[in-house]
Amino acid sequence: MGFFRQVFVIAVKDLRAEIRTKEAINASFAFALVILLLFSFAFDPSAETTREISGGLLWIVFAFAGALVLNRSFARELPNDCLDALIAAPISGAALFLGKALANFLLVSAVELVSLPVFGIFYNVRWTSQFWELMLVLALGTWALTVIGTIFSALTVNIRLREVMLPMLTYPILVPALLGAMQLTTDLVAGRPIGPDTAAWLKMLIGFDVVYTAVSLVLVETVLVG
Amino acid sequence: MREKILYVLGIVALAILAWNINAIARLPQEAQQGVTFKIIFFHVPVAITALTAAAVALLGSVLFLVTKNFKYDALAVAVTEVGLAFLAANLVTGSIWGREIWGVWWAWDARLTSALVCWLLYAGYLMLRRAIEEPTQRATFAAVFSIFAFIDVPIVIFSIKWWQNLQHPRPVFWAGGSFPPDWTRHFLWNMAAMLLLGIVMVAVRLRQEEAQREIDSLRRMAHVL
Repeated sequence: MGFFRQVFVIAVKDLRAEIRTKEAINASFAFALVILLLFSFAFDPSAETTREISGGLLWIVFAFAGALVLNRSFARELPNDCLDALIAAPISGAALFLGKALANFLLVSAVELVSLPVFGIFYNVRWTSQFWELMLVLALGTWALTVIGTIFSALTVNIRLREVMLPMLTYPILVPALLGAMQLTTDLVAGRPIGPDTAAWLKMLIGFDVVYTAVSLVLVETVLVG
Repeated sequence: MREKILYVLGIVALAILAWNINAIARLPQEAQQGVTFKIIFFHVPVAITALTAAAVALLGSVLFLVTKNFKYDALAVAVTEVGLAFLAANLVTGSIWGREIWGVWWAWDARLTSALVCWLLYAGYLMLRRAIEEPTQRATFAAVFSIFAFIDVPIVIFSIKWWQNLQHPRPVFWAGGSFPPDWTRHFLWNMAAMLLLGIVMVAVRLRQEEAQREIDSLRRMAHVL
């Protein structure tokens, strides 16, 4: 089996398990709704100012809801010692990591794509004017979230306080990515396309994704096997 | 013997600090900021010591992953803990200065924000260590996280610079500012004292780690018997 075929098999396995139980995605989406509801108490949800903070608001929802999906990613393999079997399987740690990251990416994206219209309806924001650029930023930001979340999910799977440690470790590392995604999303939701002064954020986001994907692929074997 | 040398070095560092603080207190006041300016004699040396600690922590973590020698893991944790304390001192002195000069304890300025993010990153490192029982796993995971954190630091600094323009004063030494020569001398003495203090603290912490490992292995042996 080639490397990409292995990645594909792992991703499909994870997605199939998730679609059958729906344990993470339901919780994640419900959590996203709750946060969106809570934000409406924090400020006047119909005001024009909502548009100016939309990026920050959306990415806080995505990061918090995404953590629920990412927490389950490796924890799901603990019963019946599935994780040991996966590590012993004749595939590289990199393939296992990439497959899981891909599955998480799709799941978190699904939660985001459902949350976006709900956000638009609740807060009376027309967010579709720069649709494709917004999708690009969403994909890059979500990949940053999932690549860091997946490697740290592997790191924290066996330790005490797993659910607490994952957000504690991921959010500080994600500061640059979330900051860039928030700035870009605010502009795009307000209808301003990516211009020369915001292009730096896009480059930073791409750089963050590339650097951390590479570092994770190098270090994942150490994390899984020791 | 080693302990005695450590104590002597620690006393030397504190003596230099005490003598130097006395000398700094007698320096004339700075033209614009008055006596508040003198916090720079502490604020900058602790920052440089903290940065050095972060670099050594990366070195220790990489060396541990390569050699699997627990000596390097002990170095990484000792240096991170001490560096975190120095970074906290940096944040606190900066905050005091800001209250006097800006009128606020905190501003979301690039340098302040990135220093805070660094502090949170390395605090996460220590929390991760506390959550793992098994020594080999603890050392490996902590080393991996330390590498992730160190790579993050420059990205954080650049991204936050784009986000907020600088409110923090430019460093005196790089931006054409100048110190009178005897001020530079006192600054360098403080720098040396802080670094020495950091080294002594790391060495003491290393002793504790060694003792801890010895206790652990004895306990395991007792279990076997």
